[in-house]
Amino acid sequence: MLNILTKLGKNTRCSFNKLGKSGFFLGQVLIGVGDVFLRPRLLSKQLYSVGVLSFLIITVSGLFIGMVLSLQGYYILSSFGAEEALGVMVAASLVRELGPVVTALLFAGRAGSALTAEIGLMKATEQLSGMEMMAIDPIKRIVAPRFVAGLISVPLLTMLFSAIGIIGGHLVGVGMLGVDEGSYWMQMQSSLDFYDDILNGVIKSLVFGFVVTWIALYEGYSAVPTSEGVSGATTRTVVNSAFATLGLDFILTALMFGDI
Amino acid sequence: MQNSATQDTLVGIFIATGIGALFFLAMQVSNLGGFNAVETYTVTATFENSGGLKVKSPVLIGGVRVGRVESIELDQKMFQAVVRMQIEAQYNQLPEDTTASIFTAGLLGEQYVSLEPGGMDEVLKDQSQIEITQSAIVLEEVMGQFLFKDRGSSDSAAE
Repeated sequence: MLNILTKLGKNTRCSFNKLGKSGFFLGQVLIGVGDVFLRPRLLSKQLYSVGVLSFLIITVSGLFIGMVLSLQGYYILSSFGAEEALGVMVAASLVRELGPVVTALLFAGRAGSALTAEIGLMKATEQLSGMEMMAIDPIKRIVAPRFVAGLISVPLLTMLFSAIGIIGGHLVGVGMLGVDEGSYWMQMQSSLDFYDDILNGVIKSLVFGFVVTWIALYEGYSAVPTSEGVSGATTRTVVNSAFATLGLDFILTALMFGDI
Repeated sequence: MQNSATQDTLVGIFIATGIGALFFLAMQVSNLGGFNAVETYTVTATFENSGGLKVKSPVLIGGVRVGRVESIELDQKMFQAVVRMQIEAQYNQLPEDTTASIFTAGLLGEQYVSLEPGGMDEVLKDQSQIEITQSAIVLEEVMGQFLFKDRGSSDSAAE
């Protein structure tokens, strides 16, 4: 019994310690962000590896999720004779919830894990200490460009995901199942609001991009510099990002759409 | 690894498609493209019961959308619903004795305001009020009347 209590206390202390360290790390990164714009070449390279290389997985998943939503939605809506509402259903669920959340989860798996592994291995092979020896701040040179790239990429990928998903829903709903094309678009346009729905989705995706990139970079930067440590850090990135994304999504939804 | 010029091009394409997707969502999916740019004037109508009418519900004349509901408030003196409607400025020939009714699209569909033009020469202007209105039909009331009538008749048959 005493053992369990000791363990609980130790875990709490450790997690607070980690939270404090990651907050300190975030502060350092945010100070370094200004320098990123002095070296746009570094940012562009990171945008390529973080954003462009995630392009395919995001668009393909978006297309299929839109198609599945449309298919399932049609079966349920048609039993009420409300097939015209298919467009609203697909668009609202994509723009408000699925777009930001699924993009953040996929981004954590595709780009976040790569960021952690890359920085963790840099640390394990002592490249980061090498940079410090040459009086180059690794946070400014390595971490900050990746952070900005993640922050820019996630909202863009989310928009792509939602747009492609709605087109996928259109392909299945209008093309295969025979929903009227006009009502698909018109009901969508009359029910969705630019500020309430789409901008709130963008805000969500910004928050998720911030948190997922932060977790990925912190786990990599604080990884134990062994092969085991890097693999553990990569796993923690994906798991913690998923927790943070889904938890924050609930809070953000309650704040944004609670009164609608 | 590609050379950096190709990489820059791909990054450019990525950012352009991302912004293009936002533009698509704004114009095609939400209502930003349609109504906000059009000039409108406001008319009010007082209903005893506004039913399930919502802000942004359509205002139709003969099934053609001419505007939307701007706000629904309660008149504290009369205890009636005051519905403010934005009508597009191009429809400025509505007679003053136009009637406003709240109807439901289909049995369970959304509710809308239907305007029926009258015959007077004066036209509705900004901030003018529609005098003749017909409240929303509440399904429960209609069903209650039917049920009551049925039971009444069966009672009289029993007697």
